[in-house]
Amino acid sequence: MGELFTSTIWPLTVLVFQILAIVVPLLLAVAYLTYAERKVIAAMQLRQGPMVVGPYGLLQPLADGLKLFVKETVIPTGANKVVFVLAPMVTFILALIGWAVIPFGDGIVLADINVGVLYLFAVSSLGVYGIIMAGWASNSRYAFLGALRSSAQMVSYEIAIGLIIISVLISAGSLNLSAIVRAQAEQGWYVFWHFPMFMIFLVSILAETNRHPFDLPEDESSLVTGYNVEYSSMTFALFFLGEYANMILMSAIASVLFLGGWLPPFDVWPFTWIPGPLWLILKICLVLFVFIWARATLPRYRYDQLMRLGWKVLLPLSLAWVVLTAGVVLAFDLAPSAAG
Amino acid sequence: MSAELFLFWLMGAVTVASAVMVISAKNPVHSVLFLILCFFNAAGLFVLIGAEFLAMVLVVVYVGAVAVLFMFVVMMLDINFVRLREGFIEYLPVGALVGLVLLAELVLVAGTWAMREPTTPAAPALAEAVDNTRALGRLLYTEHFLVFQIAGLVLLVAIVGAIALTLRERVGVKRQDVARQVHRRPSETLVLERVEPGKGV
Repeated sequence: MGELFTSTIWPLTVLVFQILAIVVPLLLAVAYLTYAERKVIAAMQLRQGPMVVGPYGLLQPLADGLKLFVKETVIPTGANKVVFVLAPMVTFILALIGWAVIPFGDGIVLADINVGVLYLFAVSSLGVYGIIMAGWASNSRYAFLGALRSSAQMVSYEIAIGLIIISVLISAGSLNLSAIVRAQAEQGWYVFWHFPMFMIFLVSILAETNRHPFDLPEDESSLVTGYNVEYSSMTFALFFLGEYANMILMSAIASVLFLGGWLPPFDVWPFTWIPGPLWLILKICLVLFVFIWARATLPRYRYDQLMRLGWKVLLPLSLAWVVLTAGVVLAFDLAPSAAG
Repeated sequence: MSAELFLFWLMGAVTVASAVMVISAKNPVHSVLFLILCFFNAAGLFVLIGAEFLAMVLVVVYVGAVAVLFMFVVMMLDINFVRLREGFIEYLPVGALVGLVLLAELVLVAGTWAMREPTTPAAPALAEAVDNTRALGRLLYTEHFLVFQIAGLVLLVAIVGAIALTLRERVGVKRQDVARQVHRRPSETLVLERVEPGKGV
């Protein structure tokens, strides 16, 4: 019994607590991201935003959550029930499991796997299933059209993301996220070396998370909110939470790949005094602000323009950058010698 | 039972069960979903034997891309299940024959494979601690370079072929030509006229 305890039960308990230590703050962050979004957009439009529930409307996300929680879950008669219920769960779970490999600090990571970047890429490429399943299972034309738009869009922009990741990998010489951040400590942040790719990455993650100005899957003026039109109550809330958790995850990926993860911007006293995880959170907030800023500023793309941007502009640019990066690394013998 | 053995049996069982469901599910969309479950568990098995790179590539390529396209096609299909089941008895002998041939082949292959003495040593231990991404990369880009490049060319031919098969010129479709729009100058399209009151243009 004692051996079983030390070999299995205790590590499992620790693991569960570690997972909770990531998931609970994440869900809180998701709730307050919705609040931040409303407040920031309100400020940009010279409004006040939510002000009624709690001081400065701070309890608004909790009130919204409670409202969704107590509503009735409606499952349409023609829906494919199992898939219909499964779809929001898939979206939500996929938005959470990506966090397993994000390094919050030097050595502060749940699973320090060798193929961390590929894992994140795999998780983000699976995100399309939640939407496509929802669209099909709803047995509704609007939902189906939204799902089709979304899957075509996400598959298209994933290719650009993949190529950008390859450029970063060539520079860092590792697929491990912690190793990528450590490489940035030596070489400088990749946002400086790969600045055009950082911009393309920002555009691509906007499309990947179905956010403005690429939010065609939930284009309310032509699709009455698209793939989630038949969802209500908690099933809808799971989509909503999943979308926002995905935004935070994508911002975290951008921070780790380009903005130096947990590294302070300058390696001198007042900056090094702030702990690494806090730097990562600040960087995530910065990228999230860009998400919200884009939503407040830009009109929605037309669908053919969206496709042309992905395939004819971003894809050739990022492919050319991969070739350029590989060429420069080879010509000046810059390949990192880090083994492992 | 160790955790790894337990996970192996669990994922192996789910792999086989979902593979069976792929061919026995009535709804083709469910079939694709079971196929995805099958891929996932196969990726899990890869992780268990330490082939993490293969596992991730399996998920990215097959689940993230190929299965999405399957899903697209299958969702668009308008299948009449009654007509699909028609003539089941008629085609049964042919189907059974094909199945038997396949089964016999599999048994033969598996039989010889199991009986042969191991002639080559197991995968040579790597001199240094190299993660399997790096090891695979080294092999692909040195020893198997030619085969790897040929595989890439085959894929390229497949891409060109797919485009050639589906591309069609349609007449009467208005397309946006960005270069033309950008190069348009006001002098080419705008005419400023001074119109006298009460006269019109």
